[in-house]
Amino acid sequence: MLTKRIIPCLDVKDGRTVKGVRFEGLRDAGDPVALASRYAREGADELVFLDITATNQKRQTLVALVRDVARELDIPFTVGGGIGTVADVEALLLNGADKVSINSAALHRPELIDELARRFGSQCIVVAVDARYTPENGWQVYTRAGTHNTGYNAVAWSREVAERGAGEILLTSMSNDGTKDGFALDLTGAVSQAVSVPVVASGGAGSKQDFTAVFQQANADAGLAASIFHFGEIGIAELKQHLRADGIPVRL
Amino acid sequence: MEIAVIDYKGGNVQSVLFALERLGVQATLTSDEEVIRRADKILFPGEGEAASAMSELRAQGLDRLLPTLTQPFLGICLGMQLLGTHSEENDTELLNILPFEVKRFPADAQHKVPHMGWNTLQRLRSPLFDGLNAEDYVYFVHSYYAPVGDYTIAEAEYPAPFSAAVQHRNFYAVQFHTEKSGPVGTRILENFLKL
Repeated sequence: MLTKRIIPCLDVKDGRTVKGVRFEGLRDAGDPVALASRYAREGADELVFLDITATNQKRQTLVALVRDVARELDIPFTVGGGIGTVADVEALLLNGADKVSINSAALHRPELIDELARRFGSQCIVVAVDARYTPENGWQVYTRAGTHNTGYNAVAWSREVAERGAGEILLTSMSNDGTKDGFALDLTGAVSQAVSVPVVASGGAGSKQDFTAVFQQANADAGLAASIFHFGEIGIAELKQHLRADGIPVRL
Repeated sequence: MEIAVIDYKGGNVQSVLFALERLGVQATLTSDEEVIRRADKILFPGEGEAASAMSELRAQGLDRLLPTLTQPFLGICLGMQLLGTHSEENDTELLNILPFEVKRFPADAQHKVPHMGWNTLQRLRSPLFDGLNAEDYVYFVHSYYAPVGDYTIAEAEYPAPFSAAVQHRNFYAVQFHTEKSGPVGTRILENFLKL
């Protein structure tokens, strides 16, 4: 039976993980390869690396990171963060990334999704959708790290990216992100119902029950989180035991 | 041992090279007929779309070479599908090494397409799977599948059974990414190298 996936997300800058990772037994918590290997051993199903480097060396450092991670890691990983061209995507895939996630570039020029899917196959093209809720406008899509409201409806945009050839949607609720109050179940459920490609829910995970809810009530295919894993608040193995006890298929 | 990984611009070959490297095995990425013919083992990875993969194979003459090989051969993902007769993906004629037709998964509310993630292998019947347990998981990413037939040596379900692995003579192939399936995938690669 196909299992629900648990995905830790690592923020990287200049080839190093950032946002404070507290882990015993890691000699250098900033080393993305060491951290990735640890998560893989603990039972992570995939990893996402989000590159927040803003310098001109970005592309080089990201390609080098992808190579280092791919050399060590025997589970799939996605790379995202400011990726904008066919050449960027090709360099990352050729060096061992399994999937590449695009966000602002797709909103800027939606045809990029079609081009990438045709060239590399839908299976490796993830479109990240960052959404925020307001009572007036419902769920709308934001870009540029959440500073810019595109005015697009999140469900309609998700449907469009899937039709253009995205193989997966990485759906982040910016309204829930950092709250630890749980995933946005209404948003996740609406997008999951609207598209026939897998949906990764992100933003708001604070407890094991939050993962149960997003799988059972919102039909997410995967749950992504960062800080609760980095700070050891929830271990991946114990989370998966909990999910299995709740009747959710997971890989143990 | 000489290992050739077939190079036809077919996607993420680097992961396969790294997986072999982790096993302490050096492999050559090549489309050269002589190098391929004298290799002890052949790996044939693949990702992406069937028609463009076939036209690249034809452009390099690999469509004629591959069916004549006699050493142990392992197709991975699209590299498995290409061994069939025909694919629904852009109505593509394939290498015709194994007698299956590649079909698209029908999507429904509970079964997204692509079939993406970790799934169990069932009804294992090959030395390729020595040492595996009934509930071991491997990683799949695909929208098309080969039905179950006499050539099937492992099955998975989504929701109906399909071929997770196939074999005919020296041609072995797996639908999942053995290079990305953790220790289970590593064991399958090791088993292949021992064939």
